[in-house]
Amino acid sequence: MAAPSSRGPALSLRVVAECGLSKARACELRLPHGPVLSPVFMPVGTQGTMKGITARQLEGLGCRICLGNTYHLGMRPGPELIKQANGLHGFMNWQQNLLTDSGGFQMVSLVELSEVTEEGVRFQSPYNGEEILLTPEKSIEIQNTLGSDIMMQLDDVVSSTVTGPRVEEAMYRSIRWLDRCIAANSKPNEQNLFAIIQGGLDPALRTKCLEEMTQRDVPGFAIGGLSGGEAKDHFWRMVTLSTDHLPRGKPRYLMGVGYATDLVVCVALGCDMFDCVFPTRTARFGSALVPWGSLPVKNKQFAKDFRPIDENCDCPTCRRYSRAFLHALVRSETVAMHLLTVHNIAYQLNLMRSIRESIVEQRFPQFVRDFMRTMYGSRERYPPWAVEALASVNITLE
Amino acid sequence: MTCRTLSRPGKRDAHARAAAGASQDVDTACQLTRMKLSLSKVVSGCRLGTLTNLGKNGVQTMELPGCLLYTKTGSPPHLTHDTLQAIKGVPAIVQLTLSTLVELHEVLEEYKEGIGKFIGMPESVLYCSLHDPGSPCPPGYNNNKTVSIWGYGGRMEMTASKFMSMQRALQPDWFQCLSDGDTISGETSRKRAKKSVDRSLFFLDECLQLQEKSPELQDSVMVGVIEGGDMLEERLRSARETAKRPVGGFLLDGFQGQAMAKETKLKLMASVTAELPEDKPRLIHGIGKPDEVLECIERGVDVFESSFPYQVTERGCALSFSYDYNPDPEAAVIKQNGIQDAGKNGTEKGINETSKADPEITSFEIFLKEKRYRDDFGPLVHGCTCYCCQNHSRAYVHHLLVTNELLAGVLLMMHNFQHYFSFFHSIRDALRDDRLDQLKKLIFRQAL
Repeated sequence: MAAPSSRGPALSLRVVAECGLSKARACELRLPHGPVLSPVFMPVGTQGTMKGITARQLEGLGCRICLGNTYHLGMRPGPELIKQANGLHGFMNWQQNLLTDSGGFQMVSLVELSEVTEEGVRFQSPYNGEEILLTPEKSIEIQNTLGSDIMMQLDDVVSSTVTGPRVEEAMYRSIRWLDRCIAANSKPNEQNLFAIIQGGLDPALRTKCLEEMTQRDVPGFAIGGLSGGEAKDHFWRMVTLSTDHLPRGKPRYLMGVGYATDLVVCVALGCDMFDCVFPTRTARFGSALVPWGSLPVKNKQFAKDFRPIDENCDCPTCRRYSRAFLHALVRSETVAMHLLTVHNIAYQLNLMRSIRESIVEQRFPQFVRDFMRTMYGSRERYPPWAVEALASVNITLE
Repeated sequence: MTCRTLSRPGKRDAHARAAAGASQDVDTACQLTRMKLSLSKVVSGCRLGTLTNLGKNGVQTMELPGCLLYTKTGSPPHLTHDTLQAIKGVPAIVQLTLSTLVELHEVLEEYKEGIGKFIGMPESVLYCSLHDPGSPCPPGYNNNKTVSIWGYGGRMEMTASKFMSMQRALQPDWFQCLSDGDTISGETSRKRAKKSVDRSLFFLDECLQLQEKSPELQDSVMVGVIEGGDMLEERLRSARETAKRPVGGFLLDGFQGQAMAKETKLKLMASVTAELPEDKPRLIHGIGKPDEVLECIERGVDVFESSFPYQVTERGCALSFSYDYNPDPEAAVIKQNGIQDAGKNGTEKGINETSKADPEITSFEIFLKEKRYRDDFGPLVHGCTCYCCQNHSRAYVHHLLVTNELLAGVLLMMHNFQHYFSFFHSIRDALRDDRLDQLKKLIFRQAL
């Protein structure tokens, strides 16, 4: 067994296996609320709930870490109340691990009138119009109260489609904000603060950010500023550049990535942790994820389709319900969303489990080939960016 | 108390016996002849008993008085199989409603294996009612040949033939016969009341005939429907005539809604049940409040549905009334929670109170969106053993309601169903223990 690769007070990572060809690795992360096996997909439970499924159902699917959003929870119900409830774990009664983001992303994506200065992000509360200033210190204070196992630094978020001096400004500011976040963390022995690598799509900026941030003593690193509408050709290059410069012994968290193909490719490029609203959101819009794409269950074509979503899926939904019944339910009953959410989370977690097994069993490249064939059918349909990205780490597809 | 079995063979039974061959084997006999209602006690008009040999494999049992599991489009609202399993005391019989399933006619005909398997409940005993008890039907659409039901796609006219075609595709264990119950909106003329009886009897005879010719429905039990509006003579006629037919049970229809005065309603109910055979269950729809349930049970009703806890859920409320007629002094204080909270409903008027309770809210529930629950970390109801109360707080459910999260409906439904099913359990206990009066006092004290 490989010796522990990194050990901090609240996190230790052990590299269990590495793919001989690509940068993929299978690890075991030990966090305050239990071990997490990576590569791992973390479902997003924005407001202290995984939408319509209970904590028990989520645990039953094998989920050991999920996300909560600092921005939303900071607004409602607010940190004081959550403190009274013994943190977010206590409030939602989730005894596995929690990761909270800083609130920065929502600031930019949800709130129109936000102003970023060196101090922090200024915006108007959508609930009462009050003006709020979110500083690195404030974000960490809220996250300390939430009690998440992994907290994210407040970063100066800039859309990946933005170019010019703003990107550089944001990168340097994120470094300064990282230092302020580290200083503000009142529970370094219980809560892990992750840095977020920025720099947009500029290799020089990203490299500079990596150089600086890796000098800070943080238990893990996220790759941020991507998955925001940029071209996939740039996306994967920034991912692989980032993992090239991140320490082997610390987890690499690629934020906002959740499409199956993206997960497989980015594991090959050396990422360990992922989060995305896509699987749970698409469930609520009536779509089920399958190894060959997705089934828009609400479409007429499924009205008389008496097969389960996926005959090879063992989730509670596929064991008992047919596409036809889900189609009948989806128009009028909320339970359809719950059933699809259960399935989609199971799909994501099963995918990660399969990826991990293949790495441990030294057959990851073949897994990737099989995955691509199942997903796209034929070579001509493979997305060129994925082919290129995989080739860059020595995985050739037929 | 001796057990009573079916004593009135009808045309249906004879046919079934012939079809089953000479042997009276439980396995080969149809559900109608197999099913048995055994009364262990009758107290102040309340019947305590058991319905046995239910379902396609004849092994299911239902305790009386009891309720059905309410569903929409074949699913208990908000609940997957897993979350349903976490509820204690789930009734043996599931209620389906034709109105929420009618659009699936073609699909089910192609499926061929029946609604139970289709909805993922192959083991459950299924009863199909005509309408959804939660949704009142617009009046004025029935005629001598058709009854209208409202599906998701709008109004559909059902002839006896179309109705039975649908039942053939559904293959339920029990089903309410096509009936004209359009007597509950405002004043019903004597003529209209008479029509509801005439038509319903006509439909009953038509449907029974069609059932004989339907192999898919040989094992299904028809529930006869007692109509007649608020006219005593019509009610009696309906009861007597319906009882002559080979039905497995009786639905007392037309008692839902506010049109009929309470006194009239209760007197008619008692008169009707007096005309009905003791060994067949009496069902009622659209009456679900605890005090009203008790009133109906005292007048010979056995089976209720559970749309009431669903309606409570939809208005963001949790059932909190006490049904513990055996309080020990300490527990009494705790149980008072439900009564106290309920009593305060409607008097809370915070300055920033933007969430208004549904005007339909009863005194048996608490509205969790009220500000006072924001930092209340106790369970919805102290002592409740449901999943929600064992795992979550009022503050959490309050948060879920304020943020419009789907989980609010899931957790409230789990609590409300369990609370309601437990209430029926306590009714049966009270009857068994001769404590009905205490239970009545307790419940009526909590009714506004």
